Amino acid sequence: MRGVLVGAAMCVAANAVAADSIPESLTGARGDPVRGRAIIVNRHLGLCLLCHSGPFEEQRFQGDLAPDLKGAGARLSEGQLRLRIVDNSRVNSATIMPAYYRTARLARVAPAYQGKTVLSSEQVEDVVAFLSTLRD
Amino acid sequence: MRVVGTVALLCTLAVPVRAVEIPPAERRSGYEFMSRETRAMQDDDAANPAMLWVLEGEALWARTAGAGERACRDCHGDARSSMKGVAARYPAFDATRGRPVNLEQRVNACRTERQKAPALAYQSRELLALTAYLGRQSRGLPIDIATDARMKPFLDAGRAAFNRRQGQLDLSCAQCHDDHWDKRLAGNAITQAHPNGYPLYRLEWQGLGSLQRRMRNCMAGIRALAPEYGSAEFVDLELFLAWRARGMKMETPAVRP
Repeated sequence: MRGVLVGAAMCVAANAVAADSIPESLTGARGDPVRGRAIIVNRHLGLCLLCHSGPFEEQRFQGDLAPDLKGAGARLSEGQLRLRIVDNSRVNSATIMPAYYRTARLARVAPAYQGKTVLSSEQVEDVVAFLSTLRD
Repeated sequence: MRVVGTVALLCTLAVPVRAVEIPPAERRSGYEFMSRETRAMQDDDAANPAMLWVLEGEALWARTAGAGERACRDCHGDARSSMKGVAARYPAFDATRGRPVNLEQRVNACRTERQKAPALAYQSRELLALTAYLGRQSRGLPIDIATDARMKPFLDAGRAAFNRRQGQLDLSCAQCHDDHWDKRLAGNAITQAHPNGYPLYRLEWQGLGSLQRRMRNCMAGIRALAPEYGSAEFVDLELFLAWRARGMKMETPAVRP
């Protein structure tokens, strides 16, 4: 079942390039924005703040390699956010952003991470749900 | 079938864009990214913890080892003159192996072939001490590796490795160290990844480490499978880094955060 879901997500992403979006939830359910925020600020799980900065006042040492996450939910629709988290290389082939929900086309992955996505489908949805709340 | 075709097409379109190499005038040693306190630690031999390894290396240089009952000094004399500038020329081509070897491998070739002593393990205190002592004799001298036709295939292999995306996070060395060296990864300067201070004392390690140890740290960060210590692939990458830093002054033994 999980394999089918992964395959389905890949296909959705592949076919969604023109549309610039993955409109459907990867899990069929809405994510939890509170859990999403916790994933984003976790430097071993979401890794987001290594490169991005954002409205996380308690977090010191945020990155400046990537756009500020402030206002992400106003700039991008939920589906657009989902595509960029699942696999930003679909939007920009030269991106430095890792694909958070893709296991294909990766080289020399360390054994502990082989065949695993950076985030689970549930975690992707949680992050999408939180980023959608960043509207200012 | 149609979906498979679409995915395959996307794969070919997603070839990473080649990074642009840093022009010589913009090259900056890791030293320039450091705090004043860390610079001061490197600048003062009495405060630089790596000098403990250099002193140990000096003692090892004069110590007899192996069945050959010879010390490095018996063949090479005073390292302060005979080894001046040598470390700055490594990795160097080794005719016996038909490929470049790094300084660690050169020391071990001398040990096994001349001294009839066992090779020293990577990251062993003795090998770090000897390479730190040798590197110290090139301090202030420019990196000056050979780039003749024999070296070219290995240099090209190192360049390809530097530019290859890898790991679960799908990043190449170049994407950080050529394209974003002036940015910060969380709180830390990314830097240009020049190899001009190795082996060096890293505050994070609380000890001395080789260039290959440092590269393994980076590879762990991007969740990639690192090559074995001393593998041809790592030496090719060292060679490319040395070429990329050609002309930069050696700082061995450096201090880094």
